[in-house]
Amino acid sequence: MVRVVLAEDSVLLRDGLVGLLERFGLRVVAGAGTADELIAAVAEHRPDIVVTDVRMPPGFSDEGLRAALELRERQPGLPVLVLSQYVQRAYAEELLDSSDGTGVGYLLKERIGHVEEFVDAVRRVAEGATVVDPEVVRQLLRHRRDPLSRLTPREQDVLALMAEGRSNSAVAGALHVSEGTVSKHFGSILTKLDLSVTDATNRRVLAVLAYLRGA
Amino acid sequence: MHSTSLRQALRAPRYLLGVWPWRSAAYLLSGALVGAATLVSLLLLAVVGGALAVVVVGLPLLLMLALAGIPLAALERRRLRLVDPVVLPDPHRDPDGTGPAAWVRVRLKEPNTWRELGYALLCAFVFWPLEAVALGTVAGVCGGLLAAPVVMATAGGGEEVRVLKVWLADSYPQVFAAALTGALLLPVLAYPLGLVAAGRAALTRRLLSPRYDAAAESRIQELGRSRIRLVDAFEAERRRIERDLHDGAQQRLVALSMALGLARLENPGEPLRGLLARAHDEADTALVEIRELIRGIHPQVLTDRGLREAVEDIADRSTVPVDVRFDLPGRLPEPVETAAYFAVSEALANVAKHSGAARAEVRGRIADGALVVEVTDDGSGGADLAAGSGLQGVADRLSVLDGRLLVVSPPGGPTVFRVRVPCPPGVAPAPGAVPAPGPVVGPVVGPVVGTRA
Repeated sequence: MVRVVLAEDSVLLRDGLVGLLERFGLRVVAGAGTADELIAAVAEHRPDIVVTDVRMPPGFSDEGLRAALELRERQPGLPVLVLSQYVQRAYAEELLDSSDGTGVGYLLKERIGHVEEFVDAVRRVAEGATVVDPEVVRQLLRHRRDPLSRLTPREQDVLALMAEGRSNSAVAGALHVSEGTVSKHFGSILTKLDLSVTDATNRRVLAVLAYLRGA
Repeated sequence: MHSTSLRQALRAPRYLLGVWPWRSAAYLLSGALVGAATLVSLLLLAVVGGALAVVVVGLPLLLMLALAGIPLAALERRRLRLVDPVVLPDPHRDPDGTGPAAWVRVRLKEPNTWRELGYALLCAFVFWPLEAVALGTVAGVCGGLLAAPVVMATAGGGEEVRVLKVWLADSYPQVFAAALTGALLLPVLAYPLGLVAAGRAALTRRLLSPRYDAAAESRIQELGRSRIRLVDAFEAERRRIERDLHDGAQQRLVALSMALGLARLENPGEPLRGLLARAHDEADTALVEIRELIRGIHPQVLTDRGLREAVEDIADRSTVPVDVRFDLPGRLPEPVETAAYFAVSEALANVAKHSGAARAEVRGRIADGALVVEVTDDGSGGADLAAGSGLQGVADRLSVLDGRLLVVSPPGGPTVFRVRVPCPPGVAPAPGAVPAPGPVVGPVVGPVVGTRA
């Protein structure tokens, strides 16, 4: 069973999240209302994953993110999923830059509403995958327009879903196409972006993100 | 205690032991040199310009003569710092456009230009001879006395020397007495020298200070203060609204969306299934809208990370590709960051809406104690500061901080949008500020993340 430490200062949302995660069979071992509580809870409970809000007391600035980075510094590879109310490339990049960038997630808070996908993202991050919000990817895409103009709209959709760390079958499901079609799109994307084909989903995501960020 | 100006130093008992006599001498010496150089330059410009005026080519020289006070006054303001640390502000306005023609037009219309020309004439014809005399007297008298033994030993052949060309001395005790007198006289004369330098500095300050009327000035200051208070209040209100939306409405919408998401999992029958799906979509739309709304009110990244990251964020969202290059020493005072952020935001919105540009660039740096941010695009130009209410708002907002907005946009382009906000060096960063990660300059699509892939 995946053991979660959850940091969210809004009691309403924290209770909701606990209920949600437990309904899907994850166990929330501790809830934290401040960044300090989060760090203490992780030290005490040694969870499989940390889910935290960016904006936390006492300063209501980016304490949650800072705490997450600190935790990953102390314990490299500790899976961390950061929930943010804004699309912020800078935050996502900082997370990806912590330890080797695996086992991290940066999602908009509003993704919680799509409960199954959200819980799936929590599980995948806990397993060491990298999940980046499609909005962030879309922003990056906009800026890599020149080489990416070669991608068809369908391929761009596939790329955005891929950045969420999904497997081929999950992408196929989301787009209502067959897995074979997805593989075909993938191959074509990787060729167009001059990326070598590897089989680990996670590495693939990171390759694409690195490319989008200016390779 | 260290004196901070020559005038204070002269009253302190330790005047002679400090640097101030030397600074006074340096001030007078450089004054004499600058004055002499000014005299030569003015005469050359006048003579050559006047002679060539008949064949038109002399006219630019005469124009240079008319503007000659400006560089001299700028130099004098700097030189004044030798004896008086209080910065004398530059009284000139920023030009209305780019290029030398706009600069000359503005300068010729300013009364300060003509006052500075008058000052240049005074320097050239009155001040520098006086400074030379003052310095020459002290150096001549003390030097002559101190050098008496050496002169007697060398030029006088050990027999006799005419001290200061007045007294005839013919024995070593006499010349050593003269040298001793010189040594004693040096500190005594350091006082009048300091006084002359202080007087000259006070005169410079008086002649080159911007003119003002005290009553009007105090009213203007009060108006300025009340404008700052208004903008602060406005900014505080923005923050409050942002926080309320963020901690209230946005969180509740997320909770609502979560509840709807869970409800949909319960496999309800039609028509509930369809209604729930629609409600869920509405909640999603509302969340997107509220997210954008909050960002427009006050972006969190500006508070957390500062101007560079916040501008990169706008650049990320722009439909026109934007390169961002900032070279800043760290976090800037909060009002400066906020004003510059909203100015760039407006500029890039205009680029996207009206310019037809294929690329834009934002450059920011600190120059002469001010933050200068330039937004340029390769579009069709023709932007008008008077036409857009958004630009006027930016200009108003900047003026509260004594900042300036300059828009140069000739038809056919390119458009240059320049913001200048005074930003005193060494100002403590905004509370809670995180130092920026070094003077990183780079295109908006940041550095390659390396070989993680």
